[in-house]
Amino acid sequence: MKLTIALAQINTHLGDVALNLQKHLELIRQAQARGAELIIFPELSLTGYCLQDLVPTVAHHATEDDPIFKPLLDASKWIDILVGFVDEDHRHRFFISAAYLSQGKVLHIHHKVYLPTYGLFDESRFFAPGNEVRSFNSRFGRVGVLICEDFWHASPPYLLWLDGADIFLFTSASPGRGLGKRPTLDSARWVEDMNRAYAGLFTSFVVHANRTGFEDGLNFWGGSTIFDPNGELVNKSPHHEEDLLIAEIDLNQLQRTRARLPLLRDERASLTKQELDRILGCGR
Amino acid sequence: MEHKIIDLDINTDTARQILTRFIQTEINRAGFSRAVINLSGGLDSSLSCYLAVEALGAENVLALCLPYKSSSPDSAEHAQIVIDTLGVKSLTIPISDMADALINQFPDMDRIRQGNIMARLRMVVLYDQSQAFRGLAVGTGNKTEILLGYTTLYGDSASALSPLGDLYKTQVRQLAKAVGVPQVILEKPPTADLWLGQTDEGELGFTYAEVDQLLFMLVDQRYRPEDCVEAGFDENFVRAVMERVRKNQFKRLMPPIAKLSNRTVGYDFLYLRDWGT
Repeated sequence: MKLTIALAQINTHLGDVALNLQKHLELIRQAQARGAELIIFPELSLTGYCLQDLVPTVAHHATEDDPIFKPLLDASKWIDILVGFVDEDHRHRFFISAAYLSQGKVLHIHHKVYLPTYGLFDESRFFAPGNEVRSFNSRFGRVGVLICEDFWHASPPYLLWLDGADIFLFTSASPGRGLGKRPTLDSARWVEDMNRAYAGLFTSFVVHANRTGFEDGLNFWGGSTIFDPNGELVNKSPHHEEDLLIAEIDLNQLQRTRARLPLLRDERASLTKQELDRILGCGR
Repeated sequence: MEHKIIDLDINTDTARQILTRFIQTEINRAGFSRAVINLSGGLDSSLSCYLAVEALGAENVLALCLPYKSSSPDSAEHAQIVIDTLGVKSLTIPISDMADALINQFPDMDRIRQGNIMARLRMVVLYDQSQAFRGLAVGTGNKTEILLGYTTLYGDSASALSPLGDLYKTQVRQLAKAVGVPQVILEKPPTADLWLGQTDEGELGFTYAEVDQLLFMLVDQRYRPEDCVEAGFDENFVRAVMERVRKNQFKRLMPPIAKLSNRTVGYDFLYLRDWGT
């Protein structure tokens, strides 16, 4: 079974959700015209990243009656959509979120569980952390969604894998940093190495959509990638420029790779649980 | 004892790509398409001019030459080479009369005060031309001088954006060479040219090559001062540089606002400059 994926490596307008929505709808239209069945937008694609005090003004509910989500849900009747936004719960806590829309419905919402608050990051100041890491069934197979810092930690991808995900959809608004002699920034190299490693370790597809453009002095480096279950690069967007990458993945590769390398079959999750219980039980 | 040598080389293609896009994007987002630069004929301002031209086109860049009567003739000559090579618009506005109008009122004014007046008058002209040309002021400061505070507050430190502010002086030289800044500018000793014979390294008391290594360890790699000494740097040098960095923090921040209300600019009224764009 083949799946054609579009990665929308976009720049955004900071805090202008309506303008960003127009861009989403235009790219959805283009991706659909080019045969894509699933389009993935980066972290906070509807709002921009460094929101600070703009957070409460850009929050939306992923529901039919929301003016921003209504047209996205309509569009999802034809193409599945993963979109980044600020979610607000009924008690007014704000979350960095990604919503998976399919056939007019919201199939899954992930709230970012790891909020970086160090170095140039200040997310915990403005957002609440999510408390769930769950895979879900899509029409293409079981999927796991994570947002940026979530996959800098090894445990969320591992949990999604055990929860049945064969396709990992990762989104970022990753600021570029660490310029040395190499053409690639340290942050870009790090993320690409991780994603390749996860694809190989979990014998799964790892799809990563990162944004581009600037917010004040921060550059977002793009370089969106798709790795197959062998850890091989399927396709990649350029660094530092907007791109709509359309790539086909062959889901049958999962069977071929796992027949050769049965890491999933041999994974001893109960051993992990036993040792985790021991470690946490010791109060460490 | 020789100290640990750190390779500060950068990939100049990547730096050039990011910095030109930064200049273009941030100027456009602010609603402008043009830039104004104080071009001294030195390394930093020449490189800024090259990058601004690459980002915006020569017709959208105005280079200002603002000599004082004691400025070295070499400075004007080198600035002219950059202007002619790039084909940018330029204006020469001597600041001697403006500066002397104040300086002459204080016969015993020391050269630090005089230098600050020149730097601040250049800022006045820069921002006036920013308005007249409808272009944003592109700063020319680098990471070394920002960290050391080797700059005049509200003088040469004033700008709308700072493309070179995260590059050490030695990296600025490497990038300048890569983008084709003329050899004569690459090779001359860096100077603020505020008085005759002034050189940065003479005034600072150490070389950029040396201090950039130390700053990279202290700032970028988070070495503790004692770790730098252990790595072979002279203890007095490390202490003097740390003290300079600390004492000049005020030049790197907006003035502190005394908090009285529940929401105060700078503390809990937080928006980027790119807010809404």
